[in-house]
Amino acid sequence: MRFSGLKILKEGLTGNKGWTNHWRDPEPKQEYDILIIGGGGHGLSTAYYLAKNHGLKNIAVLEKGYLGGGNVGRNTTIVRANYFLPGNSEFYSHSLKLWEGLEHDLNYNVMHSQRGLINLFHSDGQRDAFARRGNAMINQGDDAILLDRDGVRDLLPYLDFEQTRFPIYGGLYHPRGGSARHDAVAWGYARGADTRGVDLIQNCEVTGIDIEQGRVTSVQTTRGTINAKKVGIVVAGRSGQLAAMAGMRLPIESHILQAFVTEGLKPCIDHVVSFGMGHFYISQSDKGGLVFGGDLDFYASYAQRGNLPMKEHVMEAGMTLMPMIGKARVLRSWGGIMDMTPDGSPIIDKTEIDGLYIDCGWCYGGFKAVPASGYCFAHLIATDQHHEVASGFRLNRFKTGYGLIDEEGTGSQHNLH
Amino acid sequence: MRIPCPICGERDRREFYYVGDAEIVNRPSPDASEDLWNDYLHNRENPAGVTKDLWYHESGCNSWLIVTRNTVTHEVESAELTVDIKGDLS
Repeated sequence: MRFSGLKILKEGLTGNKGWTNHWRDPEPKQEYDILIIGGGGHGLSTAYYLAKNHGLKNIAVLEKGYLGGGNVGRNTTIVRANYFLPGNSEFYSHSLKLWEGLEHDLNYNVMHSQRGLINLFHSDGQRDAFARRGNAMINQGDDAILLDRDGVRDLLPYLDFEQTRFPIYGGLYHPRGGSARHDAVAWGYARGADTRGVDLIQNCEVTGIDIEQGRVTSVQTTRGTINAKKVGIVVAGRSGQLAAMAGMRLPIESHILQAFVTEGLKPCIDHVVSFGMGHFYISQSDKGGLVFGGDLDFYASYAQRGNLPMKEHVMEAGMTLMPMIGKARVLRSWGGIMDMTPDGSPIIDKTEIDGLYIDCGWCYGGFKAVPASGYCFAHLIATDQHHEVASGFRLNRFKTGYGLIDEEGTGSQHNLH
Repeated sequence: MRIPCPICGERDRREFYYVGDAEIVNRPSPDASEDLWNDYLHNRENPAGVTKDLWYHESGCNSWLIVTRNTVTHEVESAELTVDIKGDLS
């Protein structure tokens, strides 16, 4: 089934009886060439690009719950390419280009909206740092505009510019940044993968990984043993548990990151705005809800919900920045499990076990990476070669100290990012 | 989340700084292998369930605590002074 304006018109006139399921619900086969563990954004896009870019057929995605039920359904949907360091810069640039062609590629409306992202700065030193970051973005071929205070005021007149603690000096404007409909991204990739013959197997939890003579041979699941030549682990916050099944320990601590949404309001916030000094960022969804978040709770957690101190902190930061939102009522808050690495950058690599690959460590920035992560992980699994834009995301960089990608410049230790 | 400090009593989580997994108190010897040091510095069990981690009571008595805590429910079982139990941690 192809979506088109004509199709919608036809279905509207004929009682919407012609819509079909977006993907099949197959029984797992006994053997696949490639198993992807994890049916979230990154896992589904990996399966999609394995089929599309590499022409591979015999692939399954194993998901313990339902497709897109993890972090891809629990984030704040920001899409941007404003990274500074080599290693990150070319990767996120590639990802943004994939985003820009994604709806046509998938024939699926992921509601990608390039409404522009503005990172505010509040001192001369911060302005210098942002000017430097903007130059790095331009050198990468992406877009960045350094706005002074009046430039920010034109775009965001509702901010409190005169606050005494963090007066607003300006902002780094990234016009191609924006947001997308998070669930639709997972669904679009799922449908695209299914259409190309990938089996998407839900309610199928992996309980063991079988290794013989240093090579992965099969996985144990709640729906039986499945043999595989290659296995990719893409399970975000649960990476530690999956790695343990293969006898590995990862440089990852799982942390909680909270997010919040208000009742639906008339359009008032047209961009994505980030207020780094207060650890606060905000955008408005197409339904009108203000979607905002802050920093980690900063303790290891798998609870998918946070505690009150960070809620209070985020609300305070929001009120400091834009007092106009003070009467908006918060409808919901939720938490995602962030797989935090010591340097704050991800891992897309082979493991020491033949045929076992891992894509993890996305910290709190995985959503925008969904297209390129799948693209590059598929490349690695299919060819055993690192894709050139993801060649820095190595597992052994922590051990050797070579090639660390410490975007914040705070060091490579747990609990610093 | 509230943490029962052995010296100050039960106090709000905001008074404490989280350092990380409790294995961080068992530093390898300076001439230990690279693998051991890498494991100590970076790799983690990262359990979903009961864990022990190191907290610092920075807005209280400044003691270093080993907190036994559940990462799935956020339930805090106990907190002990690191100096009292350091040798018992494995």
